[in-house]
Amino acid sequence: MKVLVAVKRVIDYNVKIRVKADNSDVDLANVKMAMNPFCEIAVEEAVRLKEKGIASEIVAVSIGPKTAQEQLRTAMALGADRGILVETDEALESLAVAKLLSKVIEEEQPQLVLMGKQAIDTDNNQTTQMVSALTGFAQGAFTSGLEVADGQAKVTREIDGGLQTLNLKLPAVISADLRLNEPRYASLPNIMKAKRKPLDTKTPADFGVDVAPRLKLLKVEAPAERQAGIKVGSVDELVDKLKNEAKVIS
Amino acid sequence: MSILVIADHHNNELIAATANTVAAAQLIGGEVDVLVAGQGCAAIADEAAKLAGVNKVLLADDAAYDHLLAENVALLVKELAVNYSHVFAPATSNGKNFMPRVAALLDVAQISEITAVESADTFQRPIYAGNAIATVQSTDAVKVITVRPTSFDPVAASGSASVEPVSVTVQNAGVSEFVGEELAQSDRPELSAARVVVSGGRGVGSSENFSHIYQVADKLGAAVGASRAAVDAGFVPNDLQVGQTGKVVAPELYIAVGISGAIQHLAGMKDSKVIVAINKDEEAPIFQVADYGLVADLFDAMPELEGKL
Ligand SMILES: Cc1cc2nc3c(=O)[nH]c(=O)nc-3n(C[C@H](O)[C@H](O)[C@H](O)COP(=O)(O)OP(=O)(O)OC[C@H]3O[C@@H](n4cnc5c(N)ncnc54)[C@H](O)[C@@H]3O)c2cc1C
Ligand SMILES: Nc1ncnc2c1ncn2[C@@H]1O[C@H](COP(=O)(O)O)[C@@H](O)[C@H]1O
Repeated sequence: MKVLVAVKRVIDYNVKIRVKADNSDVDLANVKMAMNPFCEIAVEEAVRLKEKGIASEIVAVSIGPKTAQEQLRTAMALGADRGILVETDEALESLAVAKLLSKVIEEEQPQLVLMGKQAIDTDNNQTTQMVSALTGFAQGAFTSGLEVADGQAKVTREIDGGLQTLNLKLPAVISADLRLNEPRYASLPNIMKAKRKPLDTKTPADFGVDVAPRLKLLKVEAPAERQAGIKVGSVDELVDKLKNEAKVIS
Repeated sequence: MSILVIADHHNNELIAATANTVAAAQLIGGEVDVLVAGQGCAAIADEAAKLAGVNKVLLADDAAYDHLLAENVALLVKELAVNYSHVFAPATSNGKNFMPRVAALLDVAQISEITAVESADTFQRPIYAGNAIATVQSTDAVKVITVRPTSFDPVAASGSASVEPVSVTVQNAGVSEFVGEELAQSDRPELSAARVVVSGGRGVGSSENFSHIYQVADKLGAAVGASRAAVDAGFVPNDLQVGQTGKVVAPELYIAVGISGAIQHLAGMKDSKVIVAINKDEEAPIFQVADYGLVADLFDAMPELEGKL
């Protein structure tokens, strides 16, 4: 079974971002970039399926600038067999990304598509669901447990009240939540090996997809800062402040 | 303008966030209808009809919509959307599950988790774990939007709208099937809507030790939350996670215990009115957002706090 994994290049999750002085966007100049953490979990799951003999080939796909090759190489160092970069310097919206991914899926015909639950830059949490809608593949969003057998994927999903289990007919699109697995680190030999794995580059135009933005970004601002508070010296003082100053307990 | 709000419900209860979403929809100006889709959910439709200012409630009662299966609900909403300028749903796990599909089927963008309505086509939403607020304007014919419930005060339950069945044909995608659910049982208030939240982190150390959190929470009539580290370590179930990728809360009082204050955690709680941090490390970043910080070992402070409440 072929598995396709979508990986996004985003700001490293440890970096605290800054808004540009002209409020046009977030300042990404000289900021450390990395694979979106949820995509790492998706890659790890694909690799585990291959180790179990369920997946036969893993194709990693990214849509983004030339530098997103780094994230595809990382995916290959972790175990993906090859990579496809759909190269664009525009920051495409989820709908456009989903359309491009759907085209790649049409060409590659995977039985399973693994993606992240959420990109930590836009915090959109929508591309997976859109890919599922556009391809007609079954949807397993926010997955924390996956079993693939007999043409079906049994997924456990993290929902507001706890956990939900669904049976999905393959082909299916699944988005990884935090508890799906704990991603491994790439070993040095595997990083070296990944450099020789095939990496195809395409452009949105190759797929004939309209990627024009639907939204205008009018401004980006820093959130309201919280006033610095005080340190209290004891539990008694804390209780007193909460009762008599903040008046949030009685 | 006319706006369709998709109600969220679970276990025969209307999810409170629906009322916040109706409030957000009313800021557009225009009639607000509510869709209740599910199986055997007539009582929920009656409850939704009480939400103040709702024009009418559409009821789609069919096995295909049981547990709000994303594929089928999206097909339904797509059909209904032709009559509306906006489709809103709460950014709950259900709303996040089916709404992007609705957008894709309509060939429009989804605007995720708005925190403010500036006009009928312009909205604010947090990005980068809430470290920036984007103002975006939609050029799409239909605006498909999820709403962060804590950013809008809920409408009252003082209305009396009519309930009518939807007239569209049921479509069942037939690709997924509900197997079961494991729901956390709790008598405590619901995390996203609680007036007081007491959350524990890795510092709490074990699920047994979480009793320190539960005991103080019970004294305060509070909901219990947790950091990702506490959930990953198995101290508490996943639905207690507060943060960028967990639940967003904005209570009157948030007490963070043994939580360092990573940006991903702050993203879920920094709009709380009053924040208290109890941490033995005086350098912990949580103190930068806390109104009241107590540098102490939680195993001393929590029993003492419980005794004094
Ligand atoms: C993609 C992604 C998404 C994430 N999403 C979330 C999210 O939604 N929510 C979330 O919370 N995190 C999230 N995280 C994780 C986040 O980055 C932090 O790792 C996590 O919040 C840390 O949890 P913690 O504060 O409990 O643990 P730690 O950072 O280990 O802090 C433990 C704290 O407890 C204190 N402590 C220890 N013992 C005691 C004691 N006896 N008394 C008092 N204090 C004590 C320590 O001083 C320390 O400050 C996410 C991370 C990633 C990569
Ligand atoms: N530019 C992109 N290239 C590849 N995959 C992407 C891209 N954008 C989003 N994705 C995938 O969609 C998931 C969810 O992203 P989002 O819906 O944007 O929050 C990510 O974790 C990726 O798996």
